[in-house]
Amino acid sequence: MPPNHDHHDHQDVPSDPTLRVKALESLLVEKGLVDPAALDALIDTYEHKVGPRNGAQVVARAWVDPAYKERLLADATNAIAELGYGGRQGEHMVVVENTPHVHNLVVCTLCSCYPWSVLGLPPVWYKSAPYRSRAVIDPRGVLREFGLDLPPDTEVRVWDSTAELRYLVLPERPAGTEDLSEEQLAALVTRDAMVGVER
Amino acid sequence: MNGIHDMGGMQAMGPIQYEKNEPTFHAPWEGRSLALNLAAAAWRKWNIDAGRHQIELFAPADYLRLSYYEKWIRRLEELLVKTGLVTQAELESGKPAPGSPKATPPLTADKVPSMLRSGGPASRNVPGPSRFKVGQRVRARNINPTGHTRLPRYARGKTGTIHLDHGAYVFPDTNAHFLGEKPQHVYSVRFTTRELWGEQASPLDAVYVDMWDDYLELA
Repeated sequence: MPPNHDHHDHQDVPSDPTLRVKALESLLVEKGLVDPAALDALIDTYEHKVGPRNGAQVVARAWVDPAYKERLLADATNAIAELGYGGRQGEHMVVVENTPHVHNLVVCTLCSCYPWSVLGLPPVWYKSAPYRSRAVIDPRGVLREFGLDLPPDTEVRVWDSTAELRYLVLPERPAGTEDLSEEQLAALVTRDAMVGVER
Repeated sequence: MNGIHDMGGMQAMGPIQYEKNEPTFHAPWEGRSLALNLAAAAWRKWNIDAGRHQIELFAPADYLRLSYYEKWIRRLEELLVKTGLVTQAELESGKPAPGSPKATPPLTADKVPSMLRSGGPASRNVPGPSRFKVGQRVRARNINPTGHTRLPRYARGKTGTIHLDHGAYVFPDTNAHFLGEKPQHVYSVRFTTRELWGEQASPLDAVYVDMWDDYLELA
């Protein structure tokens, strides 16, 4: 369960950025520097086509296919490409596996690096100062804020995305899911589990 | 540079504010801000490292105050002027300078899928063996460059172990300043949380930091 904050630190949007962006877009279009139809296509891609469902399919495939899981852990970029995902902000992928005694957590302390190709654009909390600052110094405290209290004998591995490698957590397959299809399994996989703030 | 963006290890930033069912964009302008950045970058007047550095150059109070996409829009305005795609006068008036020629956008809608599919791989071929081997003990150098770097302050001077050799990649410290790609190996280096934070940290836990060869020395 996530922290019980229903609000977020994103300001209620005043008219100022709306006007500022509109003015910049019209200048760039008038100068022939950008194509407005390309802007529409970019927005449509990240609103409707690329998101955590991609990553969930990767995870579900790894849960049902041991050979795929082996390829995924050895060479995530190519294994993920087998399912048709890759490209921008997923050019160089690393998948890290949770086990009963290991829990992985992904952060970018320096900016907001995140595996767009499998998770879509990052949520506000991932890009926020509280998460970026504390994930490395107090990962267990951060996880408790998300409702996850790990036993002391679980090893926590924090992955700070300081370079161009992008990290995806492979969560453990939940118990009692032996009869589920790959598609049903994919529906169980959450974005937060693939970032590592949920088990 | 030792800027506010280098946040790892700070403690006074408050609780994590989680939003349930968060939308991709909270307002249409956020989507336009993202898309304008990607479309303008297609002119290749700057690279991803220069783009990150432009945000690091904001005054710390602005960095903390501005929302994510507000930062993106200001960064874009600054890069457009810096690289000459737009003049300051055009930015202020919102109109192209009289008599200025009209360009042809490099990124059109039909090219968006292939642009996103190919992305911008930062890996490069570098001949010869890598300097460090998996399992070797290394120390992150104590460097404090005033330009762009991806070596976080919390790791400097600390000792860790090479966990993986990722292969060679463009070096952001030079690339951000248009001083060349200087490709070199990037390693995943494992630091115990005790090494980073002392006795208060759990004895089991570790932070893995991706580090370019130039950031490291033998321990």
